[in-house]
Amino acid sequence: MSKESLSPNEVKEMVIAIADKIIASEELLSEADRRLGDGDHGLGMQRGFTAAKAQVEALEPATVGQVFSTTGITLMSTMGGASGAVMGMLYQNGGTALGDADTFDSACLSTFTTAALEGVTNLGGAKRGDKTMVDALATAQEAAVASAGKPLPEAIADVAAGAVAGMEATKEMIATMGRAKTLGEKSIGHPDPGAVSVSIMFTTASEYVNQ
Amino acid sequence: MKKILNDPNNAAAELVDGLVDYYNGSVDKVGPGAIAVNNLPDDKVALLVGGGTGHEPIYHGLIGPGMADGAACGDIFAAPPPNVILDATRAVNKGNGVLYLYGNYAGDVMNFKIAAQLAAAEGIRVETVLIWDDVASAPPTQKENRRGIAGLIPIVKLAGAAASTAKDLDELVSLVTAARDNTRSIGVALSPGSIPATGKPTFELDEDSIGIGMGIHGEQGVGIEKMMTADALAEKMVNLVLADDLPIDSGDEILLLINSLGSTTMMECLIVLKKVKAILVEKGVNIYDVLLGPLVTCQEMAGISVSITKLDDTLKPLWDAPCSSLGYTKL
Repeated sequence: MSKESLSPNEVKEMVIAIADKIIASEELLSEADRRLGDGDHGLGMQRGFTAAKAQVEALEPATVGQVFSTTGITLMSTMGGASGAVMGMLYQNGGTALGDADTFDSACLSTFTTAALEGVTNLGGAKRGDKTMVDALATAQEAAVASAGKPLPEAIADVAAGAVAGMEATKEMIATMGRAKTLGEKSIGHPDPGAVSVSIMFTTASEYVNQ
Repeated sequence: MKKILNDPNNAAAELVDGLVDYYNGSVDKVGPGAIAVNNLPDDKVALLVGGGTGHEPIYHGLIGPGMADGAACGDIFAAPPPNVILDATRAVNKGNGVLYLYGNYAGDVMNFKIAAQLAAAEGIRVETVLIWDDVASAPPTQKENRRGIAGLIPIVKLAGAAASTAKDLDELVSLVTAARDNTRSIGVALSPGSIPATGKPTFELDEDSIGIGMGIHGEQGVGIEKMMTADALAEKMVNLVLADDLPIDSGDEILLLINSLGSTTMMECLIVLKKVKAILVEKGVNIYDVLLGPLVTCQEMAGISVSITKLDDTLKPLWDAPCSSLGYTKL
């Protein structure tokens, strides 16, 4: 039964589902990172989302933004590394932008992804095409803006498809940011590990809403 | 890989506790991952370093008298989070501001940037100098894209001396920037280190191949070549440094650092030093001081780096000042 909008408690369930999926994807994410970086992306994500899950489980959220902000602050303070900063900023800025909304619909999805993208690009300086998680987040955000009037199940499926397409596109890009940049053309053929994480997050969110 | 560990996922936290024990009362843990020299003088301009762990003795092993005042330690190979940096910042701040000095890596830059904003909101003045000595990581026109590698040892030592005498944060920034701008390094990787938590190698390299310009975290290099003799390798490395935009000419005085990335032996470092010194002496360069050993490491990674810092009348007295730390001590 798909959900037309989410209550704060449903957002909490969705974020826990995302955390479980990321934790279970440790090996896949670390392997992706061994192609382009130092192979620790999965471990950092596992550490961050294990802590975030514990914090979110303890919440009795009154607003939807609170769930996301708690996730962001916990990721930032427990992960470290580039991933901790950008993943933390994604949830924190996205959550803060939702103000005191107590339901999560397709308009919220658009607001969340737009603020998340803005926070991440301001912090890290990556633009589209740099072969980073911004590529997956930006295509997700575009889909969210375009689908803002649609029912949530349809909109979030579009956003997940956007994130996956953005992640797939990073395979053909040459890395210009972070540790992978010294690889140059050798980075072609492998997806950015952060973009893989972003695609997993939105795909899991879509599965939760459309279950 | 056999490693002496308890819970591999807790290695970073345990090594920081061990580091505090090494300092035997002169350093306090001021938060998880945050350490600071205690009893800092009240008017001191503070120097804070930091980065991922697993590269000991850097960065956190470079605190002590005449060196850095505190350090923010991340997990293994991962930048410290903003709250850890903020804890260390509060501990070293004596009201005259804090200089953040760390390697130019995306994760470190982002986390220190957030920490600097949080510190500013508390009224602590923070300035930043990024270390970017690795000539293999970007062309000279794009220094802001270069990584920080072993050259951070002389840079942090010079910065520590400067922080002991600087009258204010602006003077410290200017001295440390000069030290940074006068330092160049090149690294070569022979075989990977491993991630303590997984035991997996940080990269792959054929048995007969070496990675020229490969990073200390095992980032893949800019050129893979066949293994060569120590002399041929030394010559290639020195030439890459000398070809950069820092003029090093006859009559110039330099600091020379031959660094082991971990498992490369002192024997190998000494053999490389012999050739590097011969090339520099041939050019008429005066070697003022030599540092050698495993100072910037990546677990059991095999590899070596050569760093050169050009001295001038401002930097030389800073180098001569005594200092004491786990990583480097000068009497």
